[in-house]
Parts: sequence; C-alpha cells; structure tokens
Amino acid sequence: MEYVLLIYRNEAELAARSDAERQALFAEYMALTRSLEQEGKLRGGQFLHGPALTTTVRVRQGSVLATDGPFAETKEQLTGFYVVAAADLDEAMALAARIPSARDGSIEVRPVRASHVPGAEPATY
Amino acid sequence: MDTAFTALYRAEFSRLVAGLTSMLGSLHAAEEVAQEAFEAALQQWPASRWPPSPRAWLIRTARHKALDRVRRRTNFEGKRAELEAMATTLDDPAGLSDEESERLFPDERLKLLFTCCHPALAMEARVALSLRTLCGLTTEEIARAFLVPLPTMAQRLVRAKQKIHTARIPYRVPDEALLPDRVEAVLAVIYLVFNEGYAASSGEERVRAELCDQALRLGRTLCELMPRRRDAQGLLALMLLHDARRAARTGPSGEAILLEHQDRSRWDRARMDEGLRLLESALSGGPPGAYELQAAIAAVHARAAAAAETDWAQIAALYALLARVQPTPVVELNRAVALAMAGALEHGLSIIEALDRSGALERYAALPAAKADLLWRAGRYRPAAAEYRRALSLAASGPERRFLERRLEEALRKADPPC
Repeated sequence: MEYVLLIYRNEAELAARSDAERQALFAEYMALTRSLEQEGKLRGGQFLHGPALTTTVRVRQGSVLATDGPFAETKEQLTGFYVVAAADLDEAMALAARIPSARDGSIEVRPVRASHVPGAEPATY
Repeated sequence: MDTAFTALYRAEFSRLVAGLTSMLGSLHAAEEVAQEAFEAALQQWPASRWPPSPRAWLIRTARHKALDRVRRRTNFEGKRAELEAMATTLDDPAGLSDEESERLFPDERLKLLFTCCHPALAMEARVALSLRTLCGLTTEEIARAFLVPLPTMAQRLVRAKQKIHTARIPYRVPDEALLPDRVEAVLAVIYLVFNEGYAASSGEERVRAELCDQALRLGRTLCELMPRRRDAQGLLALMLLHDARRAARTGPSGEAILLEHQDRSRWDRARMDEGLRLLESALSGGPPGAYELQAAIAAVHARAAAAAETDWAQIAALYALLARVQPTPVVELNRAVALAMAGALEHGLSIIEALDRSGALERYAALPAAKADLLWRAGRYRPAAAEYRRALSLAASGPERRFLERRLEEALRKADPPC
C-alpha cells in the first residue's frame, strides 16, 4: 500500500535560520531519503519551491484564472512530499514521524487511491 | 428482543465481530455477519429454549454465513481454504461447548479495541465505534446516548469504518514500542464514555446510566485482557468508586447533590469495595499514574463515613502529586478546593483567584461554582452570589442549573436577611 507524506512547515521560519542550520536540516533530509531507499520504502518524492513561486489556477466559465500564491493562505505551507510503501497506517505514521520537519511542522499522511487493476485493490486486514 | 436476548447480544456481539474481522478482513463485513447470526438465532431458537451453548451456536452460524460471503465474493479468495476447513470442524450438529468454540474462535476483542481506538480516528468516532462493536449498542442507542440525530451517528460510523479499511488502520495489538501510547488512547476513550454518562454535560438527565455501564464494561474487558496494566486497573477503580455514588448524586426533583450533602447510606458499598481492592492492586509496584491518583482521591472520599470526616489534607497532597503527572488548570482548581477544605480557606481562594485571572478556565462553570462555595464558607455571601450568577451563565445541563439557582437564592437571602 502506498501513502503520500505531505510535509508542511513554516517557510518564513526556515528562511530566518542560519545557513549552517539549513544545511544541517538538508543533510538530515538526504540521510532520511537514502535510508528510505535502502529499506525499499521509497516510491518517490520532491522538495517544492515556496509560496512566492506558486500560482493557483482555476477554470471558471471556460476562462483560466490564475492567482499568485497557494490555494490557502496558511502559516504552514506544503514544502515537499515523499511517496512511500507501507504495510499499514501504523507503519506509514512511523515513517512520517522520521521526517525532520515533523518536529516543528506537520506531516499529512494520505493513502494513495488504488487504481482499478485487478489484484491491485487495497488488501484487507 | 427480550431482555435476556439483549443481554446475550451485548455479551457476545463483540467476540463475534472481533473474530469475524480477522476471518473476513473487514470490520464492516464482520459486523454485518454477526448481525445476521443474531437475527438467525432470533428466528430459529424456540422461546426460552436456547441451545446448550448459545455462544457456540452463534459462532457456528456466523462462520457459515462468513463462508457464504467468501463463496460469493472472489476478493476473499485467499481466505477461502482456511474458512472451508473451519466450517467443517464446526459443523458438528451436537454443538460445541464454550471452551471448544473458544479454542477454534479465539477471543480477539483486544485487537478490536485497539483498532476502534486508533489515534488516526477522531475521538467521537472512536467512542461510537467502541460502543457499537465492543459493547453491542445499536446505532440508534448510541445516537440517543449522545443526543445526535440517527443519520449523523450512522454516517460517523460508516466514515470511521471506511477510514479503517481504506487507510489501512491495522487490526492487531500494537507492538511494545507503540503500546504505551495506544493503551493511553484506549483508556481515554473509555473514560470519556464514562464521563459523558456520569457528568451528562448536556440534556436533562444528570446521569446517563447506560453510558456509565458501558464504560465499566469496556474497563472490565480491558483489565481482563491486559491483567498486568496498572493504568487500566486504576481507571476501572476510578470509575467504580465514582459510579458507586450514582444513586446518591441526584435529588428527588433531579437536582445535583454535592458529595458533601450526599446520603452515604445510598452509596453502593459492594461497588466501592471492588474499586478499593482494584486500586490497591493498581498502586502496588510502581509510581502511580493519573488514573491511579484520581482513584486514590475518590478512595479517600469513599472511606469517609461522613463528609466532615473527609481527610482533605490527604486529598490536597494527592492533587499535588496529580498536578505533577497532569499539570492542568482543572487539577489546580481541585487542589485549591482541597486545600481550602483542609483549613487553608484563604490560600485556596487565592489560588482560584489566580487561575481565574489567567483565563485558562474561562468557559468552565466549575471555577465560579467552586469560588462561590469557598466564598460562602468564608461568610462572604454577596460575592458568592455574584459567582453563582457567573456559573449559571456557563452551566449547560438542567440538574446543574437547578442546583446553582437554589444556591444563588440562598446566598442572596443570607446576604440580605429579611428583617
């Protein structure tokens, strides 16, 4: 079963940190990514640029409307994500807890919807 | 359903659901199959002549119904051979004893309890699911107990089961690393059910006895399944000691009666003794947790033959210990009251004043009510009346309001005695 771990954190707070602190955090993320890979849990993931580079798009009555910034103005923004394989929610929650930003931000754990391939349905317990 | 059958349903439903969930891999399907088994019993058992072991009969019938489902649905393919084998062993028309059926159909209620109380579910969903699957309450009964419309409660249950299924909340007893947190979550659900029944935060009835009974049942189940958990024993002891006072807590017109004014001969002694015994066992072998300490406080009240004999100094000391494991403003409020009752009236009042100024308990009727009571004891009736008025503006339930109204009137009379 796959879960997406969405990483939310306060970008302004991160920007205010020293270079050394940011590098340490980055190194921690790299170590986590490598270890998830080695454990065979990693299916994908990316870091994302911040709200300043974000555009929200809507189509209304056939016209494309673009607005500067994320869909919702919140203190914590989506800054990246991992796609992981986990046996169940307990394992996915444990993986989420290993993400450095879980300590000062929040990680949203979302099950990935299974596509309708026979045999690919979410297994039951 | 008659009373005996309802009792059987409440007693056996959870075991059936728990075992069937393992077999079928779905809590929802398990609940449906268990329900069908009871419906079959209702139709097939002649009135007052039940099979020698109703449990074995229900298990056998539920197994067959589960197997029927498996035959109809291909996605249970993996479970099929296993089920067929079990169906044969259970096909003995002479019927099985309770012991034999237990061997073939082990008690998996602990798994069910941990799944229903999983922290990924909203608290209200955990409560509803636990009452439905572990206590065998119907959706209607749960809706009534929580004063929620039936469709709302039904949807709450459906959504919770969907989340369990689709997000894959595991069906197992958590491993050692997770266990302390998860037991804590289970205890919190049980205590919430109890408090909702005992304090009846809304509505006209002071005590919703049904919820207290169900919380006690859940507490007993947990103690039975995890006999070495002292926190589970502490919680059960706490609930028993409170519940023993149930009959004495409400007056003839439904008004609340404070501990101090309760007729102690109406306390349920047997229940109290059970609570005291459990507490003793919970307190042996390690530093006490929050539930054990709260039970110890209730035990001091239980041991006092009359209100005037209450050892308030000991209660204040226990609250000080509780404040260390559970540093909340409510605990601090209770500690202040205990100190005041132990003789340090002004000291207690000053702690309450400080709490009041901090705003931490802004919407909590018990703060002005406690303050009013202490002011009254100090002979300051006019400020006491003002605090009773404030408490009234925050109190929600009918019985609590009636009590406060009565005290307010009395305080006003004492402040301005008619000459």
